[in-house]
Amino acid sequence: MAAFEDQIRVLICQGTGGLAAGAKPVEEAFQAEFDKHGVDAKVGKRCTLVGTGCRGLCANDVLVDIVIPGQAAVTYDFVKPEMVPQIVEEHILQGQVVEKKKAGPYYQKFLEKQMRVVFSRCGTIDAESLDDFLAMEGFSGIKKAVTMTPQEVIEEVKKSGLRGRGGGGFPTGVKWSFCAASPGKEKYLICNADEGDPGAFMDRSILEGDPYGLIEGMMIASYAIGAEFGYVYVRAEYPLAIKRLQKAIDVCYEKGFLGKNCLGLGFNFDLRIKAGAGAFVCGEETALMASIEGERGMPRPRPPFPAVRGLWTKPTNINNVETFANVSYIFYRGGDWFASIGTEGTKGTKIFALTGKVKHTGLVEVPAGITMREVIYDVCGGILNNRKFKAVQAGGPSGGCLPGEAIDAEVDYDSLIKAGAMMGSGGLVVMDETTCMVDIARFFLNFTRMESCGKCVPCRIGLKLMLDILERITEGRGQEGDIELLEDMCYDIKKASLCGLGQTAPNPVLSTIRYFRHEYEAHIHNQRCPSNSCKALLKFEVVDAACKKCGLCYKICPVDAVIWEKGQLAVIDKEKCTKCTSCYDACRFMAIE
Amino acid sequence: MSNAEAPVAPEQEEIDLGPANQVIDKYLNLKGALMPVLQEVQDAYGYLPEPCIHLIAERLNVYLSQIYGVLTFYAQFHLEPRGKYIVRVCMGTACHVKGAGRIADTLSDMLGIGHAETTEDLKFTVEHVACIGACGMAPVIMVNEATYGSISVKKMEEVVEKYRAMD
Ligand SMILES: Cc1cc2nc3c(=O)[nH]c(=O)nc-3n(C[C@H](O)[C@H](O)[C@H](O)COP(=O)(O)O)c2cc1C
Ligand code: SF4
Ligand code: SF4
Ligand code: FES
Ligand code: FES
Repeated sequence: MAAFEDQIRVLICQGTGGLAAGAKPVEEAFQAEFDKHGVDAKVGKRCTLVGTGCRGLCANDVLVDIVIPGQAAVTYDFVKPEMVPQIVEEHILQGQVVEKKKAGPYYQKFLEKQMRVVFSRCGTIDAESLDDFLAMEGFSGIKKAVTMTPQEVIEEVKKSGLRGRGGGGFPTGVKWSFCAASPGKEKYLICNADEGDPGAFMDRSILEGDPYGLIEGMMIASYAIGAEFGYVYVRAEYPLAIKRLQKAIDVCYEKGFLGKNCLGLGFNFDLRIKAGAGAFVCGEETALMASIEGERGMPRPRPPFPAVRGLWTKPTNINNVETFANVSYIFYRGGDWFASIGTEGTKGTKIFALTGKVKHTGLVEVPAGITMREVIYDVCGGILNNRKFKAVQAGGPSGGCLPGEAIDAEVDYDSLIKAGAMMGSGGLVVMDETTCMVDIARFFLNFTRMESCGKCVPCRIGLKLMLDILERITEGRGQEGDIELLEDMCYDIKKASLCGLGQTAPNPVLSTIRYFRHEYEAHIHNQRCPSNSCKALLKFEVVDAACKKCGLCYKICPVDAVIWEKGQLAVIDKEKCTKCTSCYDACRFMAIE
Repeated sequence: MSNAEAPVAPEQEEIDLGPANQVIDKYLNLKGALMPVLQEVQDAYGYLPEPCIHLIAERLNVYLSQIYGVLTFYAQFHLEPRGKYIVRVCMGTACHVKGAGRIADTLSDMLGIGHAETTEDLKFTVEHVACIGACGMAPVIMVNEATYGSISVKKMEEVVEKYRAMD
């Protein structure tokens, strides 16, 4: 990276994943080695330790990159403090890469098809350092924006084709123009960092890894709309994100980048964090505003839209974290550049959180329009334990499950909707043959039922009734007609609910019925769970014909209920077995039923 | 099981309203002060003691009913004292697919408490949460601020034992 040519940089992942895996002791080990050897003097350069945000491959943390000017960066994974002396000695001092400890070829593959735009700083710079941010285009977007009129700024965003990344995919420039056109001087700007979607963590990574980038995007929006006051609504479950963002905001105030006459560019913008308090529905924009006002976070009917009557009854614009992060890049490189990436209907890149039964779980940023298959197999290495792919759940509780046949769908707002799922915020949960689709539907319904704010009867009571039916089915007590009843209820709840939560909560049920109806039928008619996943229907027996005598089940059982010896078939002692399903998950040959 | 130890009776303790008053002073003239005040008072006491709630109502000039409306709506407010170690078990999608259910079951068996409950010795509180945001390492649990990823039944037992052995 040109900006840091005079130094060797050791990038240590210190996102939530990195820290959980022990990034701090690794950093201390590097520091100790540097002190011991007097490394700066020996290599004739400054040798800098940089705590970065998430790289995307959290499962392989601690990830360490050694960046020596003029050479390709080298990544080490699963780094432990014990490995550090060797890396410093051989790689930094002698210039010999420690091949054995290097991240394998999969890491190259993980990066190959990605296009890291929004993530270009995240994972490469010290997230807390303003200097690092400035060295990589930081604040050049807002400087460019103020050379245009607010109207021109909005036009540029429209030209880029950017659509909101928070789920709905509404064109960002158009949204801004509504708020800009609203009468009144006092306006508000809100960043939605509630990220309530379980299985999604891209917003968290941006907040932790590039907080200044988010602030810059919000500055551009505030200038365009004429809002002088902004909030970032962050969920309270993200303590590190709150800490880093707060630090970045403090630094910006100190330097005069925020507040009155920001950066000396002639506009005012005050920014403050508001911590959420654990309610999924607060991600809905009208509920979120109620929450900032100190009320219960209950949605209200729209119109009036927030652009007309929002926070404290003033015109308000609300966007997602990733949306604002994209805005900065539109002004670094131009709306035309942005529009050249992606598909007809979805421009730019999209960040996905890939989790579940996929080899390399992680955060990936790809140009819109690549297929689900490419993301799962090429970027993330395929299915865990080489099991069979069954489905991918896209769009969280509001989305749907796509089966094998739909895996060539493009990741693009419109293609996904056509296939019966949606982009949502970008969570993709991969499922293999051991995942029961009825159970997944039950899982999501349980979630949405608990998170319903209770204002609408169909959402509050309907979801509960649907959940009861699904629970019955997964326990082997399904009845004739249950599937049809579920379908009917889905349509009614979708139609009669006030906010997006109730309107989309039935989607996981509808999509699993659409693609996996046979699984529902097997549960109802035969009291059988084809994926051997519903606990009440599991027998916990070893299928002799499938057992490869490997003993994996024996090793994992926490209560020694598996009887096994080398070369022998495993047997489960039903008296001792607590039905914890550990052995079932561990067996690679589907030999436990 | 540690539950057998004599329970502390926190409701009989005298509550010092000093810290609560300090928090309120800070927010007195701010719009939308209620939630941050509740959050910070909770940080100071570990939960929201009733006398503090009355104090907040009085000084911020809001109805008690409104405060309780807010308190019961959000998952993160607590009206009872909580354990020294808060064990959060992620029940989000990624964790569910990777077996969070049995992690939670085992934890309940070990501690004898379920979701949103506290052991009598005030050592552990268990909470099932929707997503910790570390889904790449699913299944995940958190003990206070420390995150433990790729957790198995065995590994979780080790973690619990570790905290059990600590004061
Ligand atoms: C129940 C519910 C939860 C939502 N949660 C979030 C969220 O966590 N983050 C988010 O950005 N948008 C969320 N949304 C969408 C927001 O209401 C809003 O559309 C979005 O923040 C607009 O930003 P965008 O135009 O940049 O996408 C949610 C919507 C609903 C109905
Ligand atoms: S649809 Fe559900 S969550 Fe939304 S307002 Fe109605 S009850 Fe509340
Ligand atoms: S289900 Fe759990 S307790 Fe039973 S045999 Fe398997 S690993 Fe052991
Ligand atoms: S936190 Fe380290 S790669 Fe995600
Ligand atoms: S689903 Fe468990 S951490 Fe996100």
